[in-house]
Amino acid sequence: MGQRNSNGFTSLMTALDYSTKMGSKRFPNPIFTASGCASSGQELSQFFPLTELGAIVTKSIMTRPRLGRNTPRMAETPSGMLNSIGLQGPGIDAFLEKDIPWLIDQKVKVIVSIAGETVEEYGVLARRLRAVPGISAVEVNISCPNVENRGQVFACHPETSVAVIEAVRRNIGGELPIVAKLSPDVTDIVEIAKSVINAGVDGVALINTLLGMVIDVNSMKPKLAGKTGGLSGPAIRPVAVRAIYQVHRAFPNIPIVGMGGVSTGRDALELILAGASAVSIGTASFGNPQAAVLVKTQLSDLLIERGFKDLRDAIGFAHRGE
Amino acid sequence: MIPHRINKSAVQVSAEVISNKKFGPYHHMVFAVGEMAANSRPGNFVAIAIGDSQSAHILRRAFAVYRAIDKGPMGGSIELVIAPHGQGSIWLCSRTVGEFVDLIGPLGTAFGVPSSNANAMLIGGGYGSAPLFALAELLKNRGCRVDMVLGASTAAKIFAPLEGKRSVSSLTLTTDDGSAGIHGQISEAIPRLIREYKTEVIYSCGPMGMLSAIAKIANDFDIAHQCSVEESMACGIGVCMTCVVPIKQESGIRMVRTCIDGPVMDATEIIWDKETVTDLLHL
Repeated sequence: MGQRNSNGFTSLMTALDYSTKMGSKRFPNPIFTASGCASSGQELSQFFPLTELGAIVTKSIMTRPRLGRNTPRMAETPSGMLNSIGLQGPGIDAFLEKDIPWLIDQKVKVIVSIAGETVEEYGVLARRLRAVPGISAVEVNISCPNVENRGQVFACHPETSVAVIEAVRRNIGGELPIVAKLSPDVTDIVEIAKSVINAGVDGVALINTLLGMVIDVNSMKPKLAGKTGGLSGPAIRPVAVRAIYQVHRAFPNIPIVGMGGVSTGRDALELILAGASAVSIGTASFGNPQAAVLVKTQLSDLLIERGFKDLRDAIGFAHRGE
Repeated sequence: MIPHRINKSAVQVSAEVISNKKFGPYHHMVFAVGEMAANSRPGNFVAIAIGDSQSAHILRRAFAVYRAIDKGPMGGSIELVIAPHGQGSIWLCSRTVGEFVDLIGPLGTAFGVPSSNANAMLIGGGYGSAPLFALAELLKNRGCRVDMVLGASTAAKIFAPLEGKRSVSSLTLTTDDGSAGIHGQISEAIPRLIREYKTEVIYSCGPMGMLSAIAKIANDFDIAHQCSVEESMACGIGVCMTCVVPIKQESGIRMVRTCIDGPVMDATEIIWDKETVTDLLHL
């Protein structure tokens, strides 16, 4: 693990324009954290300076403090894990009072992820964020699978997705980019992406976890207290690549924050070639707190090896000549 | 209870296995960890990556520190007692001397020691006794009386190494099958022993069912009780929110991370009854 020192590193970096854009905002590199996998940054800051990353995407915040689900909340699966946290969090008041000032002090770019139980709640959250300086974008999480009622997964239907995005758009004001986080658990993700793009999002985040279940064959009952959970980790990476590829094909000019089982630079490159403008590191940070920094270094090396001088030239490269 | 800075002593190191010995059904493993050992306190844990880069196991495994030696022949070292019962712990126990593992530590809270001399009872279930021996030494050096009670399903599963017993004023064993010590569950023996040893503070580590039973007894006797809890963990460093336990709040309930606010917690704060928790979560 270790510190990357060396002049070689600096010269490699200067050979590559590693920055990326979401709407009007530019990020120094394309490696972000995934919401829910970095809390609000403090825990990981013991292991690397947060400014190493393109952005910290904070855990989806709701209007009120939320306890989340009972335990067990986790089950490891082959090359993956199920989680069933249920959006535990401090609520927007405590988040804006404590977490955001700390993050802004770190000088890292911050993308705030929001989640609501109703369309109105998303509007309330957006209004709270409009007055907060120092935020680079808002991720609208309309696809968390760990809610009591699957009907609340707004991203399962174009109409509900649009209603949420319109509520956010109306309330957020200014030019803060809006990124909609979508679920792969739909018949046609391009249709959902189309609806939120038409509603005015600046980007989409692909993919949230897939709904899964593990049954403990000793107790002969579901292992998670919440019965179902979100599947993440390398097991879902091909699903992420497919979703990113499909959406980029349909909307080549819409920035995509790609995520799903990325733990190496090679994995990140795969998502970028499929069409991602940035890549979020999620479950890999649980196994290795320095995973995101590792991915950042490996990805830049791989891009340079392949002769890219600008990250932008690699985005969606897999579609070339089709 | 909440530290000033989260994970403030934690470092990630590539740690060499310098010893791996079978100890009954357990493995006693020693890792060269350098300066980390100096910051480890009884109760802290480490999180170790399992398998190689091609492993299907993507999460770390958490282990309570049995002993940390600041300046040994190999520099700082950390010792663990591991039961090889899952794929991760089996992989770890099969590491040989000279191999390296990716280890993060020290993590979590440590046992708090009383400010004045007190009669302490240390209660360990199975290999849950591991972190209690370093605590016993610490308490003894502070002038405390240390009574240790170790229980397991059967005699072979009691972890009580010779060198660990030096700091103990008395040692009582219990087994569910009667193969050693008192016949029965560990919690059944505790009330009598509390009276006998005039116990003023209890420290415990073991399965949640055992901790819950001891919490009730400590409450009946109105004795302070610190327990080291075990809840399944994905990250060990506070980001994943899977390892939470419910604690009492004026407003009802709060879910706290056992990797940050634990594993050592004040047992009186924990809501032990799962059904109560379910009810409170759905209010």
